[in-house]
Amino acid sequence: MNGLLGKKLPGRAVPMIGCVSVFLSFWIAVAGFFTLLGIEEPKERLVIQSLYQWLLISWDQGRFSLELAFRMDPLSAVMCLVVSGVGFLIHLYSVGYMAGDDSQPRYFAYLNLFTFSMLLLVLADNLLVMFVGWEGVGLCSYLLIGFWFTDLDKARAGMKAFIVNRVGDFGFFVGLMLLFWTLFETSGGAVTGLSFGQLQEAMPRLITARPIWNIEVATWVALLLFVGATGKSAQIPLYVWLPDAMAGPTPVSAFIHAATMVTAGVYMIARLNFLFLSAPAALAVVAIVGGVTAFGAATLAVVQNDIKRVLAYSTISQLGFMFMAVGVAAFSAGIFHLVTHSFFKALLFLGAGSVIHAVHHNDLRHMGGLRRYMPWTFLTFMAGYLAISGVPPLSGFMSKDEILWAVFTSHLPVPGLGKALWALGLITASLTAFYMTRLVILAFAGTYRGTPEEAHHLHESPPVMTGPLMALAVLAVIGGAMGLPAPTHLPHALESFLKPVLGDHGGSDPVVHAYGMEVLLMGLSSAVAVAGICGGWLCYVKHTEIPARAASRFAGIYRMLSRLFFVDELYQFLFISPLVKLAKIAGHFDLNGIDAGVNLTSWLTTKLAVLVGWEDLQVVDGVVNGLAGVVQKCGDQLRRLHTGKIQHYLYSVAFGLFGLYIILLLL
Amino acid sequence: MKTIIFNVFVLMAIIPSLWVALSSNIVHAAFSLLFTLFGIAGLFVLLGADFVGVVQVIIYIGGIMVLIIFGVMMTQGARLSPLSVNLPGRLLAAGLTGIILAVLMVAATHFLWPVGSAPPPPTPASQAIGNLLLGKYLIPFEVASLLLLAALVGAVLIVRHSVRSDLSPSVFIIRRKQRGE
Amino acid sequence: MTYSLSSFLMVSSLLFCLGLFTVLTRRNAIGVLMGIELVLNAGALNFVAFSRFLEAPEGAPLISGQVFALFVIAIAAAEAAAVIAIVLSLYSMLKTVDIEQYQQLHG
Repeated sequence: MNGLLGKKLPGRAVPMIGCVSVFLSFWIAVAGFFTLLGIEEPKERLVIQSLYQWLLISWDQGRFSLELAFRMDPLSAVMCLVVSGVGFLIHLYSVGYMAGDDSQPRYFAYLNLFTFSMLLLVLADNLLVMFVGWEGVGLCSYLLIGFWFTDLDKARAGMKAFIVNRVGDFGFFVGLMLLFWTLFETSGGAVTGLSFGQLQEAMPRLITARPIWNIEVATWVALLLFVGATGKSAQIPLYVWLPDAMAGPTPVSAFIHAATMVTAGVYMIARLNFLFLSAPAALAVVAIVGGVTAFGAATLAVVQNDIKRVLAYSTISQLGFMFMAVGVAAFSAGIFHLVTHSFFKALLFLGAGSVIHAVHHNDLRHMGGLRRYMPWTFLTFMAGYLAISGVPPLSGFMSKDEILWAVFTSHLPVPGLGKALWALGLITASLTAFYMTRLVILAFAGTYRGTPEEAHHLHESPPVMTGPLMALAVLAVIGGAMGLPAPTHLPHALESFLKPVLGDHGGSDPVVHAYGMEVLLMGLSSAVAVAGICGGWLCYVKHTEIPARAASRFAGIYRMLSRLFFVDELYQFLFISPLVKLAKIAGHFDLNGIDAGVNLTSWLTTKLAVLVGWEDLQVVDGVVNGLAGVVQKCGDQLRRLHTGKIQHYLYSVAFGLFGLYIILLLL
Repeated sequence: MKTIIFNVFVLMAIIPSLWVALSSNIVHAAFSLLFTLFGIAGLFVLLGADFVGVVQVIIYIGGIMVLIIFGVMMTQGARLSPLSVNLPGRLLAAGLTGIILAVLMVAATHFLWPVGSAPPPPTPASQAIGNLLLGKYLIPFEVASLLLLAALVGAVLIVRHSVRSDLSPSVFIIRRKQRGE
Repeated sequence: MTYSLSSFLMVSSLLFCLGLFTVLTRRNAIGVLMGIELVLNAGALNFVAFSRFLEAPEGAPLISGQVFALFVIAIAAAEAAAVIAIVLSLYSMLKTVDIEQYQQLHG
């Protein structure tokens, strides 16, 4: 509605339609959630609804059916609540943030389309419907990043996001096809469908399939699907689009690049847990990639000067944590962190948006002392900051710690890998606390470092923006309650809720459990968080000369970090330049080769036409004229009969008579 | 007796017709034609067609011949070239005519005509002719009358438009009337 | 010798050929007309001769020939009138009745 009619509706109506629709979705999600809870037996908590049959192919051995079907089970319920709930808050926030922008109808239309695609993704019952949603969110991400497309850089950022995403999607699709093909082959042509239930049943067949190039098929499929996840969820090597995606409006960054789209990869792996469990090698790869990404992104976040970029790299880092979790088969831990991360990351982004709304720029170096001018923003931001830093007992601590414990106790193919990854995670957590502290201090503490006129305009954001901030802050603080750790002997609500779907591989295993170890590790992670905070305080409050000195001392490392490990340049060299050159050559060929061919043909045709015309003139006209000439000559000859002399005519009569006699005589 | 009369009439028909063909004086030719027609009329009577013979005399000689003589008079052709076509033409015509004559003669004498011993036609034949004209040959009779009408109208039309000189006062008057006086 | 059909036929053919000769040789238009009259009369004579001598049905005499002869005379009259009219108009136009001069239809 907004997309088509938006321009003509009154100003107030457009955002209202956008928000109301998401709110309705949220209520339906809540209703669904409670319905599921109402079903007593956990194993029965599953509702599948098929809307219509997309495709049906039948043959002798069996039939393949593809339906537009939706599945409501605990996992999708949780995801729905997150998407629609956080989404609603962000829609509300957008009303304030985008006020005054002319393209509001387009904005809300895109945002709603995105919400729709994401819900499609999480509610899908089979891989192909999920893929539709997968592509849909990619498209909307492009549309929303490049929302202010009149700025060429912003438009380019959108393009970059979409293309990198597509590379990932290609991997996903190849994995999908490989899966289908293998199932088809191994079952002798009796593949029935690609729904998750059917896939789960078909797993044994997949495991016994013939390996390709000495690698199990299951591993191939899992790895290929993971490639798609790296693209969508910004892991190495396809993360490069996320920092540039900050060109879009901040609510977009909050929603898409913090809470929902980037979590699609994690969700996908959780949904297909049975597949990934059949491919331990792939899981190990996932965990390693997650860990390295988490650490690398955190290091990059330390040197960023753009407030949104810090948060972007932070997102990549936290996603790395999630992938580490699912990589060690701690699926519910990964989902737990996904949920809490959506709370505090969205909060942080929206808070940043509030700051940007006030100072009209993103540069941390020119901010400061904002806590005086924007108290609500400051308070809520603090809540999110503490959560992400892993300070107990906020939600961030609960989920992050669970992941660290799971990684520590995991049994990966390579011995000792779990502990190494745990150490990496710990360092990353410390770095997270450090750079977030830096951000908070630079933005809110001290005195304002901008121009005096800007100082006059500093003001708190309107309630429509601060309201969602407060809601999210509450969630960030108390959200941890859904996943209380085992040593406390309190129920881990989320894990038990998700158990029917995710199996018994949730973070904590009550039987083989060393409570002591776990408490020790909890204390360790809290300690490193506090250490990071103190480090930040030291560098940026007490001795503010330290950062500059460190930068000059470790100039090489500093340069590496600030130039983002030169990854963008690497990609440009490896992929983009050759492609552009190839395109140029193709164009050249088209212009000179093909166009020349076409021109040659046309030249030949004109010459031929001339020839034919000549032939027509000479031959055809000759015949016509000749015919006329013959007739004329005959006429000339016959004319001579007309002597005008009556006697001649009379003679002819007489001769005729004579002739008649002859004939009569003869006959 | 009959034969003698027959011969007389035959001669009376043929000899003037020779004169018609060969004479260089058109007036002589016209009057010779008159005599020929008389001879033919006599032959008609000899054949028992008395009505036809009389009609021949009255109409053919009394009407047509007079008309022809009028024509000769009016056109003053006698004064102009009286000669017939020159010699080569006459020879050709003679040759052709001779052949045709030969053929006809042969046909007349050697062909076995289905001659029957028919009684001579009733005299006077007018009653029988009248019966036929208004009975079996009614349509040709009517058509012939139409033809005569057409000839009459046509002749007047032809002469009316073309006569410029005052050949006859009546024509002149007609022309005057034509101009709408 | 008594006359018979063939004698009459001979006469009529002679008249016909003389008439034909007249038509072909006369230079005067009226002369041509006279020749035509001879031909027509020969034909009429033929008709009547045949009506006299030919096989007749049931002994009743054949009168049709005489009727035809009457028709011939009528037609000859009409035709002569027309021809005279034409010749007169030609004469008023061209001042001559010499058929050699009537070359307007040439070409």
